[in-house]
Amino acid sequence: MSITKRFWTALVLSVPMLINMVLMPLHIEVPGSKWIQFGLTTVIMIVAAGPFIQSAWASAKKHHSNMDTLVAIGTATAYIYSIYAMLTNQPVYFESAAFVITFVLLGQVFEERMRSNASGAVAKLVDLQAKDAEVLRGGKVVRVPLDQVVQGDLIRVRPGQKVAVDGEIVDGSSTIDESMVTGESMPVTKHAGDKVIGATINNTGTFTFRAEKVGSDTMLAQIVELVKKAQTSHAPIQKLTDKVADVFVPIVLIIALATFLVWYVALGATLAHALIFAVAVVVIACPCALGLATPTALMVGTGRSAKMGILIKNGEVLEEVNDVRTVVFDKTGTITAGKPVVTDIVGDNQVIRVAASLEASSEHPLAEAVMAKAKAMQIEAPVATDFAAISGKGVRATVEGQEAFVGSEKLLEDYLVSDALREKMAQLQDEAKTVVFVGLGGKVIGLIAIQDAPKATSKEAMAALHKRGLKTVMLTGDNERVARAIADQVGIDDVVAGVLPGAKAEHIQRLQQDGPVAFVGDGINDAPALTTADVGIAMGSGTDIAIESGGIILVKNDLRDVDRALSLSKQTFNRIKLNLFWAFIYNVLGIPVAAGVFAGIGLTLSPELAGLAMAFISLSVVTSSVLLNRARI
Amino acid sequence: MAKLIVLIAGVALIGFIIWWFFGNHAVDSEAASVEGNQQTVAVTVKGGYSPEVIELKRGVPATLNFTRLDSSSCLDHVVFPDFGVNQELPQNQTESIAIDTSKPGEYAWACGMDMFHGKLIVK
Repeated sequence: MSITKRFWTALVLSVPMLINMVLMPLHIEVPGSKWIQFGLTTVIMIVAAGPFIQSAWASAKKHHSNMDTLVAIGTATAYIYSIYAMLTNQPVYFESAAFVITFVLLGQVFEERMRSNASGAVAKLVDLQAKDAEVLRGGKVVRVPLDQVVQGDLIRVRPGQKVAVDGEIVDGSSTIDESMVTGESMPVTKHAGDKVIGATINNTGTFTFRAEKVGSDTMLAQIVELVKKAQTSHAPIQKLTDKVADVFVPIVLIIALATFLVWYVALGATLAHALIFAVAVVVIACPCALGLATPTALMVGTGRSAKMGILIKNGEVLEEVNDVRTVVFDKTGTITAGKPVVTDIVGDNQVIRVAASLEASSEHPLAEAVMAKAKAMQIEAPVATDFAAISGKGVRATVEGQEAFVGSEKLLEDYLVSDALREKMAQLQDEAKTVVFVGLGGKVIGLIAIQDAPKATSKEAMAALHKRGLKTVMLTGDNERVARAIADQVGIDDVVAGVLPGAKAEHIQRLQQDGPVAFVGDGINDAPALTTADVGIAMGSGTDIAIESGGIILVKNDLRDVDRALSLSKQTFNRIKLNLFWAFIYNVLGIPVAAGVFAGIGLTLSPELAGLAMAFISLSVVTSSVLLNRARI
Repeated sequence: MAKLIVLIAGVALIGFIIWWFFGNHAVDSEAASVEGNQQTVAVTVKGGYSPEVIELKRGVPATLNFTRLDSSSCLDHVVFPDFGVNQELPQNQTESIAIDTSKPGEYAWACGMDMFHGKLIVK
């Protein structure tokens, strides 16, 4: 029988006993009322309380205990004693057993409903998935179900349709609403060559795209996977409650027995009174609120942040965010747009020609800028051979029989440069430009200046973090001058420049001496730093390795989300603490009251009131978690 | 005299509770049987999990078949935090959960309210 049905059964059968209780002070005695109560309560005990007793017995046999143990022992004690009292003509307490069962079930009915509300985020995400796609097969457009779309398929998307999977537009253009995946409310304009994300909605145009990621590889599928993991993860604070059931419940039983013994043996109370105190202790102590405090808040918090395009990987991250003192940013692709362009060339055409031949096979963002410039200037680069990377400094290769190199100013330790070039370099660096040296035949022949402008939102993001009282630091492989110029533009406190790719994690460790550090980055070389930092925040546009290493992922690539992510994590964690606090206080204060410690000042708790209080606190813990959805961030 | 008997019985009961719940008792554990390239373990959910500790062989695809006989709402979900699994267990139905055995280690699982626990050992 379902919980709802059990609750209604218990409620309906309890009503006559409630009426009887109201009539009693008026001295209206229903004839045979004890027998009626016995009959009604027996049905309640079998139908509504039976499952509690079965479950309690099954777990007791395995040396385990849980909240069902408490409910079962409490109500069974009241019931069995009442049968004895009825037969020996003493006052009965059938209604206590009946009411406790009713209230506990009421609490569970609500709790079940709230729990399914709290876990709705994943289901909503899965629902975003397109159901089918119009695929080009054998020259014809056919509509196929989503699971039959394979990598490489050409898919046509008309206005109003959902993009089925992740891919790249090959033909046509349109504006696309990506809010459901990235949280970005403005539609994005896309042309041939741009990437599209599955589950986003096409607004105006018609386009065709090539499917690149299908099934469990799509961004949406991966987001769903991450959210699922986050929601089921354990926050370290929860370790406390992990032990609760197995330790707490037996202790409560012992306290209840002690309560009974003290009242009956030491204080000379009647058997009935002593029993009632013991039963109230057992009932009020149900630890279900403690068990619900963390998982429900975690579920709502991570679900809500996912909707905003902020993926929090687990409960541990939430807890660590609270202590963060410093936020460290990678420069390229994080603070800046990551799309550098060549702004100045010092030297003749040979400079860009040599640079292009060396950078042709590199995927470094600076290399892309050089290649784009060479293409624009219509310069054909010769093929370079014998590549050798000079770690963190540049590359060396053979071009047309001569040794050529491209790299940063660190190369100057190895090669000679004229004073005129040095001066030019300083001037360009002061303009926040990265200077690359190009050499041929053992001599520096010219400079290329490349600039990567900060994102429009970076400045605002820093201001928000400063307002939060956090220190901001920029970590970059670029030289001091360029880094400082960018830092001043966006308002970053500190700059650590000239960091070799392998040394980022080391610098994070140094910063950690002043307190926990969050690191924001996107590249493969950021992965060690993301792991080393107390909180790793990966940009969604970043490499898979970076995303794998981060604890928080910002799908939108907007640095302002760093502040939002911190705020949401803090709120969720605070809610967990609040929930645990109330659940504990309730148990800690409730038990002595129920045990009759304050009976001297007239403060006692009947078993049915204890049952009601227990249902109420479970419910308020779940409600408080669901309210996280409404909290301002 | 009656009170003395009650007192002795009560104290004895407290002693029994301590021994029963806190004493060192054997845990119901089971190693998976490998058939072909597949290992399967049936887990009965009744007042906890039987078996509670499951040993799996590394690298062999594994399936755990959970059957919930208990009507307690506490046990109506089973959660594997390490695998992102939060599976509903309808009463008297068998639900299969596929386990990734590629990495050796100990993986805990728990009921939806984190009151009952079990453990997987992949080696």
